[in-house]
Amino acid sequence: MQTRGHPNRLGIRGWVGGGRWGFERYMYTLHRLSGLALLVYFTMHIFVTSTRAVGPDAWKQTMSVVSGPLFTMGEYLVFAAFAFHAVNGIRLGAIELGFAVGRPIEPVYPYQTSVGGQRRLARAVLMIAFVVALWGGLDFFVWK
Amino acid sequence: MAGSNTKQVTFHLRRFEPGKDAEPHWEDHSIEVTPGMTVLDGLWKVKELSAPSLAWRSSCRMGICGSCGMLINGRPRLACNTQVSELGSAIVAVAPLPNFDIIKDLVPDLRPIFETHREMLPYLLRDDTAEQEDPTREYRQTPHELEQYLQFSYCIKCGCCMAACPTVATDAQYAGPMPLGQAHRYDSDTRDAGFDRRREVLAGGSGPWRCHFAGECSQVCPKGVDPAKAIQLMKRQLVSDLLRLRRRTPPAAVAEAPHGTMRDDIPAAPPRTVTEA
Amino acid sequence: MRDRTLWTWHIGAGAVILVLLGLHMVIMHLSGTLGFLGVQDAEPTGWASVAARAGSLFFTLTYVALLGAALYHGFYGFRNILMELNPGRTVRSVINVGLSVVGLALFAFGTWAALAAPGAATMAGG
Ligand code: SF4
Ligand code: SF4
Ligand code: FES
Repeated sequence: MQTRGHPNRLGIRGWVGGGRWGFERYMYTLHRLSGLALLVYFTMHIFVTSTRAVGPDAWKQTMSVVSGPLFTMGEYLVFAAFAFHAVNGIRLGAIELGFAVGRPIEPVYPYQTSVGGQRRLARAVLMIAFVVALWGGLDFFVWK
Repeated sequence: MAGSNTKQVTFHLRRFEPGKDAEPHWEDHSIEVTPGMTVLDGLWKVKELSAPSLAWRSSCRMGICGSCGMLINGRPRLACNTQVSELGSAIVAVAPLPNFDIIKDLVPDLRPIFETHREMLPYLLRDDTAEQEDPTREYRQTPHELEQYLQFSYCIKCGCCMAACPTVATDAQYAGPMPLGQAHRYDSDTRDAGFDRRREVLAGGSGPWRCHFAGECSQVCPKGVDPAKAIQLMKRQLVSDLLRLRRRTPPAAVAEAPHGTMRDDIPAAPPRTVTEA
Repeated sequence: MRDRTLWTWHIGAGAVILVLLGLHMVIMHLSGTLGFLGVQDAEPTGWASVAARAGSLFFTLTYVALLGAALYHGFYGFRNILMELNPGRTVRSVINVGLSVVGLALFAFGTWAALAAPGAATMAGG
């Protein structure tokens, strides 16, 4: 629609919060960022691992390039992003298919919302993701 | 003279005069606030004492007309429904609702959401037009069926949810929480048969697929409408329809005539006051 | 295709990824955990393990399935973000066509690698 006054859309600033900052807003932002990071890594991953189709020498050479501590650290970050994105994805799937938002209720004051209703789920997601990321950290760096 | 109950509060107001200002700017006005005073009352006081040209929109001053939505201390709220004391701050920053064009000062242009709302066909769609135009009786609905949409019907179209939604912040095509919530209000009404027609709009790119449950709309809604809930329930309806899992039931029928004897002293209905042109 | 269909596939692909990538992560990157459970002895990224997996029908099939699901899920999510930046009509078409082409190309390339790997393994005498 064409502008009929002074434009006042928040733009990307509105994605990270236009001065409101709810808990789920952090999760939304984190889900987007981790998703983008995973997509970038995944695209690279396809190229790196496809060297196995060329033969053992190409494979071993690539693996030696990507096995330095910097790469292990990067891979670990990807693992942590995956942990969050996966656990939060389960929550979003359940919510967006209408399973975890509750039934419609009579709005009597103080209002209860579906957002408050799933808050415990959201906290649980963060905790589980944290535990999985921690586990992965031990595996990546301690038990290897 | 400041009484013991009064407090000096600064109203930090976003002002914009079309044709004169290139950009909106902030302006401070200090007023005395008494207990029970709402932000709307404060605006009136500022207008009376120091800013006669200040413009905003309000009408009912009791949270039911939906015209006084504003960005108050960073959060979209109704000015008439927000007491200055509940903000717990000596500064009350008031700006027009974001994501809408500014007409003047605190007045946002809400027309886009009203137009989108209209596209959602927000009324009962049925085949029995004659009965709808000239009803013989009510349509049958149980209290449980009523509860499936009652919450969503409390919406006063104030636009607070639209100002809070991150998707609306960038995406002018997204229908947004208010119109989508209202589409679901009718889609979940057992008297309605308009699901297929509304689906024409809802299954497309401006529909609920742009919502990612950031949940802001429900947190700011001053009427407890919970549009985020409506939108997720709507996705469920639409996806189960796509997967052919949706149970289709015909719209509620006209209630049958009551049994028993009719009193014979019931006065006749008055003549219609509205006739077709 | 309409967004409702695309979105439903996005969720479905997410579920597939959850299972397959979970498996992939444990096998490839959490070797310590597997060691705990006493299943793993060889280095998962060593050539011998790679060649063994390349020869297995199960691994080849799940690779291709995971590749397809993850590419679709990722590119649809990316498209969401781009679309919400409110591009004009032409840019929308460019995004739709561009992402589809890149996604399909990556899928073709990854599938080729999965199918060609056993050949490379036998040639190397693995
Ligand atoms: S859903 Fe709530 S916030 Fe949105 S327009 Fe309706 S009453 Fe206002
Ligand atoms: S829940 Fe959906 S509609 Fe509501 S603010 Fe978030 S993205 Fe917007
Ligand atoms: S003046 Fe009517 S809702 Fe505030």
